[in-house]
Amino acid sequence: MAILCDKNTKVLVQGMGRMGQFHAKISIEYGTQIVGGVHPGKGGQEIEGIPIFDSVVDAVEATGAQASVIFVPPPGAADAILEAADAGLDLTVCITEGIPTLDMLRAKQALAGSKTRLVGPNCPGLVTPEQCRIGIMPAQITQPGPVGVVSRSGTLTYEAVDQLSRLGIGQSTCIGIGGDPIIGTSFLDALELFEADPETKAVVMIGEIGGSAEETAAEFIGAHMKKPVAAFIAGQNAPPGKRMGHAGAIIAGGKGKASDKIAALKAAGVFVSPSPAEIGETLANNVPSLQG
Amino acid sequence: MNIHEYQAKELLREFGVPVPEGAVAMTPAEAEEAARDLPKGGVVVKAQIHAGGRGKGGGVKLAQSASETKQIASEILGMNLKTHQTGPEGKRVRKVYVEAASEIEHEYYLAVLLDRAEEKLAIIASTEGGMDIEEVAAKTPEKIITVTVPTPDTLPDYVVRRVGYGLGFDTDQVKKLGGVLAGLYRLFVECDASLAEINPLVMTPLGDLLALDAKLNFDDNALYRHPAVSAMRDPDEEDPRERAANEIDLAYVGLDGDIGCMVNGAGLAMATLDMIQYCGGSPANFLDAGGGADKEKVKEAFKLILNDENVRAILVNIFGGIVRCDLIAEGVVAAAQEMGVEVPLVVRLQGTNAIAGRKILTESGLDITSAETLEEAGEKAVAAARGGKA
Repeated sequence: MAILCDKNTKVLVQGMGRMGQFHAKISIEYGTQIVGGVHPGKGGQEIEGIPIFDSVVDAVEATGAQASVIFVPPPGAADAILEAADAGLDLTVCITEGIPTLDMLRAKQALAGSKTRLVGPNCPGLVTPEQCRIGIMPAQITQPGPVGVVSRSGTLTYEAVDQLSRLGIGQSTCIGIGGDPIIGTSFLDALELFEADPETKAVVMIGEIGGSAEETAAEFIGAHMKKPVAAFIAGQNAPPGKRMGHAGAIIAGGKGKASDKIAALKAAGVFVSPSPAEIGETLANNVPSLQG
Repeated sequence: MNIHEYQAKELLREFGVPVPEGAVAMTPAEAEEAARDLPKGGVVVKAQIHAGGRGKGGGVKLAQSASETKQIASEILGMNLKTHQTGPEGKRVRKVYVEAASEIEHEYYLAVLLDRAEEKLAIIASTEGGMDIEEVAAKTPEKIITVTVPTPDTLPDYVVRRVGYGLGFDTDQVKKLGGVLAGLYRLFVECDASLAEINPLVMTPLGDLLALDAKLNFDDNALYRHPAVSAMRDPDEEDPRERAANEIDLAYVGLDGDIGCMVNGAGLAMATLDMIQYCGGSPANFLDAGGGADKEKVKEAFKLILNDENVRAILVNIFGGIVRCDLIAEGVVAAAQEMGVEVPLVVRLQGTNAIAGRKILTESGLDITSAETLEEAGEKAVAAARGGKA
């Protein structure tokens, strides 16, 4: 079953610029049902064999899409999220990096009460191995299996997935939730989905400094999760007050520290990897049934 | 992005928040002239650097006359000001703010910021103004009032009342606070601030509120729609390496170790620093080359890393998703050949086109140590920086 997307998911690409086209093509090659593109002003055309529409509503009507992936540049990205929700999509995944925080604050509040789930922004998207790729992940490093992977970072997700695959442990779904201060789907949301998914037997969670989403996730894990969770927190040696690449990765006023997050996770029974190189091993050693 | 106090006060004035009269000066003569234009009374001369704690460091002084203002300005301008926020190296003072001294009955703290956990804007206030708010939060959290704002585009009256009565104000004072808060809040939202802080907000003996010091930070992602705010950027206040990185669209943070790092992706870049420290080494920088990393960017990144004279080894760690490892490898070879990299180079390529990339490195004939896993990369880089063969 996996979470959020599978081989039956019909996906639109909002923003058919260079990035949008490039990744649409890779997703199609991977077997994803990319059924249309949305690019105002280019409706009626066809790009890379994909029919283009002027609006999301038109595209949904014509294709029956349930999901979209957004490659719209920052000034228009929040608008694209709202348009996806207005068209009644179940899922919209925003890849765009650099959206103003206040735009996201307004968009997130507007999404409350709608049926649309947002993943991202500033995220690599999600992959359900051998079924569906929404976003920009290198799906070739994934393999189908029992582990759900959720992460705030892109390339560190690849690192963890690669470690799992090398140990012969496949993944149910890999989801990057994004590195911004305001995101649609939190660790907690993703953990809830993995806990409820019968195909997922264990979860790898990769957090980083800044905010308190990992602490909130730890509370949920301690109180509600039966499936084992392994974790790593990046930025254990980051200097306070500096933004480490991601807009959300900043230790402010003594809050958001890696050590606090690690302590909270350990207290919730999570297996915390001491180094970024041992994420896969940490899970495999503690849950031997996953291998083989 | 941070701005200076004098710029913050210009903006506050523009948004109707009362601030004392004052002017910025680059020379002692300008400071003297600015003091003459102020109403009679004391004058405060304040060093303008992007750091708090200026008073304790000797960067804020009181003068009684224009000539004394000149004298004090000549002492402060050019000084190397050290505060708890500047680090031990301190910051050179290039400007002073000359301001009319205010009479103070009480000092408060007032700020607008994003409450990340609640995903709402929040007003933070305290009766313990003029102090480091983080210290107040740690020692006497009950003295901090936090009220979240339901939707970002309106500041409801009840929020003002909760803050005002929480500070112990009477109804008249709450009204005055309403004026200050309305301006501060509008500034935050209209200029896409990430922090708008008045500390201290003072109550004068006549019962007026005045913003005595202010700190404004702005959302870098929104600067494109605020040219006037962008123009307030002061390159002298930024780490020259970070500034250079910014110009070529790389995320760079200078650190004080000896292993230069070039990584794609912020999360993996942070994890690479963690890996180096886990292996007993010390990173010289955080550098995220981003998703669009190509040959040219790699060369620019190398320049940046090599400008740091502490660097004794370089670790390149790439997990290709969007980024193609063969292009990175070409960049590494070109950079090493053109710049004559003299420190040991450890390169780990994984993901998209990694095999082609490794082949390019091997065939270049350069002395590059290759690593396959993250752990191996960390160990080899640490060994190389220590002078041993990687």
